[in-house]
Amino acid sequence: MENYIIEMLNITKKFPGIIANDNITLKLKKGEIHALLGENGAGKSTLMSVLFGLYQAENGEIRKNGKVVRINNPNDANTLGIGMVHQHFKLVEIFTVLENIILGVEPNKMGFLEKKEARKRVIELSERYGLKVDPDALIEDITVGMQQRVEILKMLYRDNEILIFDEPTAVLTPQEIKELLQIMKEFAQEGKSILFITHKLNEIMEVADRCTVLRKGKYVGTVNVKDTTKEELSKMMVGRDISFSVDKKEANVGEIVLSVKNLTVSSKTHKNNAVKNVTFDVRAGEIVCLAGIEGNGQTEFVNALTGLEKPNSGIIKLCGKDMTKSSIRQRSINGMSHIPEDRQKHGLVLDYKLEENLVLQRYWQPEFQRRGFIKFDSVRKYAEKLIKKYDIRSGQGSSTIVRSMSGGNQQKAIVAREIDKEHQLLIAVQPTRGLDVGAIEYVHKQLIKRRDAGKAVFIVSLELEEVMNVSDRILVIYEGEIVGELNPKTTTVEELGLYMSGAKRDVVKEISDAE
Amino acid sequence: MDTVYYLIQNMLPVSIPLLLVALGGMYSEISGVVNIALEGIMLFGAFFGALFVFFVQDSSMNPQTILLLGMLIAALAGLIYSLLLSFAAVNMKADQVITGTSLNMLIPAAILLFSRMFFNSDGITTSINFYIREVPILGQIPLLGQMFFQRTYLTVMIGFIFLIIAVIVFYKTKFGLRIRSCGEHPHAADSVGINVYKMRYAGVSISGILAGIGGFFYSVGVMDGNVSGHTGVAGFGFLALAVMIFGQWKPIKILFAALFFAFLRTLAYSISLIPILDNLGINQTYYKMLPYIATMVVLAFTSKKSRAPKAEGIPYDKSKR
Repeated sequence: MENYIIEMLNITKKFPGIIANDNITLKLKKGEIHALLGENGAGKSTLMSVLFGLYQAENGEIRKNGKVVRINNPNDANTLGIGMVHQHFKLVEIFTVLENIILGVEPNKMGFLEKKEARKRVIELSERYGLKVDPDALIEDITVGMQQRVEILKMLYRDNEILIFDEPTAVLTPQEIKELLQIMKEFAQEGKSILFITHKLNEIMEVADRCTVLRKGKYVGTVNVKDTTKEELSKMMVGRDISFSVDKKEANVGEIVLSVKNLTVSSKTHKNNAVKNVTFDVRAGEIVCLAGIEGNGQTEFVNALTGLEKPNSGIIKLCGKDMTKSSIRQRSINGMSHIPEDRQKHGLVLDYKLEENLVLQRYWQPEFQRRGFIKFDSVRKYAEKLIKKYDIRSGQGSSTIVRSMSGGNQQKAIVAREIDKEHQLLIAVQPTRGLDVGAIEYVHKQLIKRRDAGKAVFIVSLELEEVMNVSDRILVIYEGEIVGELNPKTTTVEELGLYMSGAKRDVVKEISDAE
Repeated sequence: MDTVYYLIQNMLPVSIPLLLVALGGMYSEISGVVNIALEGIMLFGAFFGALFVFFVQDSSMNPQTILLLGMLIAALAGLIYSLLLSFAAVNMKADQVITGTSLNMLIPAAILLFSRMFFNSDGITTSINFYIREVPILGQIPLLGQMFFQRTYLTVMIGFIFLIIAVIVFYKTKFGLRIRSCGEHPHAADSVGINVYKMRYAGVSISGILAGIGGFFYSVGVMDGNVSGHTGVAGFGFLALAVMIFGQWKPIKILFAALFFAFLRTLAYSISLIPILDNLGINQTYYKMLPYIATMVVLAFTSKKSRAPKAEGIPYDKSKR
């Protein structure tokens, strides 16, 4: 009989329409790092939210040190020593670091805050674990990495001994990930128990002692990490064999399709320019990837490129034509396709039917309208063709309301619409964000197919693996400037990380006008 | 110099209702609830305050005592009326702007009906005099005494006390920190064990109390103790919203914003005392538009930079993450 600090036995949690957790059992030993692995929607976050008291399970029980406990809200969890770093940080942006750490457990005298002691304690903790933070900085002014350190300090400040990390590495640079994993190991050595949610197998292999795998809300199994392999874990997670590498032929590079010269875009949130003097070309038959940490000007750059925002200065040329001042429709007609970053906000009209969404770029063409009236039968025929060709799955076929479709199929619909229309350049912004392994595989294949068909493909991505596997050329953006151009075949993830965090930069050579 | 004293002495009783109601709006909004019903709550508080004064004015009670008791009754009335908004906005997750608007429309009509039924008039007219000619001792301080403690109302001093309390609560207390987190990031508040619903009830209730008092002080300091169902509080509830935005949801800035609007209004009503403006020969009516036009101009210029509590107006729903 082993000693478990936390046991979650036969947990079942239902949401309207789905069973998020179906009879799941998870046992956590004291002082171990226990990974929780699963695809998107496998129920990992739900299970942890049950443990943290944000949700209540319909069935099952939770035990701490063998005794049954009830966790009705985060306060109960906190009393039991359970703390959580949420995937989307729960920090108040206009508060200082210190205020965020003490919120909820404020040291006070008759209701008046006693910040002095709290500050001493926070500084002490931050020095002891090497979690560097500035207690008086506002959350909105600090980096994502530091925000995460604040979340960790929040748990330490509350003397939590069971720490839940919900996909903590998704927002970090490779260097920051290394530091975080190191700190997690230290915690474990001190006797704290860690639950680590992730879908990155490398990280599990590096730090975890044991790993529990979930698939579609069901418990698959628990394994000792020492006795398993990446391949075995991924098979447990997905239920079939998955190829990690992306197969692709040599690029067959042709004419310049997109040419950006000295593009500068101002920022809406601060006084400096978000994009500074960016110059590069994308040629037919190649995939160029813009890599960078979130918030380094990618969004503003793509907005300027696609016409959603006006640039301050610079020239955008598409197949030799100046498009800098063209409308979005003109750009689209001239061969620009765009898979937007936020598919629900900019990619789809969520409350329209699938067929209507599929002709959003083309409804005005004679094929689909006459004298301002839409020809719905030809719209439907076209939609059904796309649904078949691109394997878009939905409840009621072409008349499904898009909001009710899964994220992966929503993305497939956008990909289908943008690829099927006449285009020379495909711009894809974080095309695989939030998708599970199977859907990612699909999107990558489609992008490479476009390249092999002689189109220019421009990807903006935060995922290092995607950048390394899919692209033919990598441009790194840092604080709105292109700081390096790398070849994915000769560079390493570590080097890429250094560029992305601004630790390393090349003097970008001026591209001469004589070509 | 006398004109300056006169303007300040008249400006303060006007600024206090704006200040209190704007502070009330601030407490509601930093908890995450948009309180557009301030106008209605003011009028509700003013009505019950004045009703109380009407019934006790013939007794031998000291006018200032009556004022304090009337204030308590107005506060209670405001609190009760604001509970309707809390219930709709917090429990029923209703649209806060529509709820507020309906609460605003109800009150003037109810007052007219009530006054017609019982007083055969459009409102309540009282005959008591709350005016203070000079505060003992403090009124003798050179310069400041004449500005702040002569020819004034008790409401001014009470208003500043409320301001000081508001500042302390906002910046120095556990409650202040918690309530602000609820308007900014309720999910964060919830995840550290703060009851968002309770905090929002607290925020709206404080705004009800302050708006009720503000309404009563309006009828005391601006309307000579009367309440009318026709003119109501002359848009002071909405002006207070503008004051709150102009004051960037911060107590001290709200004070200055309230003084600014009150000054314009006082100026507009005192044109005949200022020869330069009087000689221009512009119809006084145009001057009376000043505070309202200033509202539009000021908001047009500041609203771009203004930063409202992030989660205000959005009903809190645990399951949405």
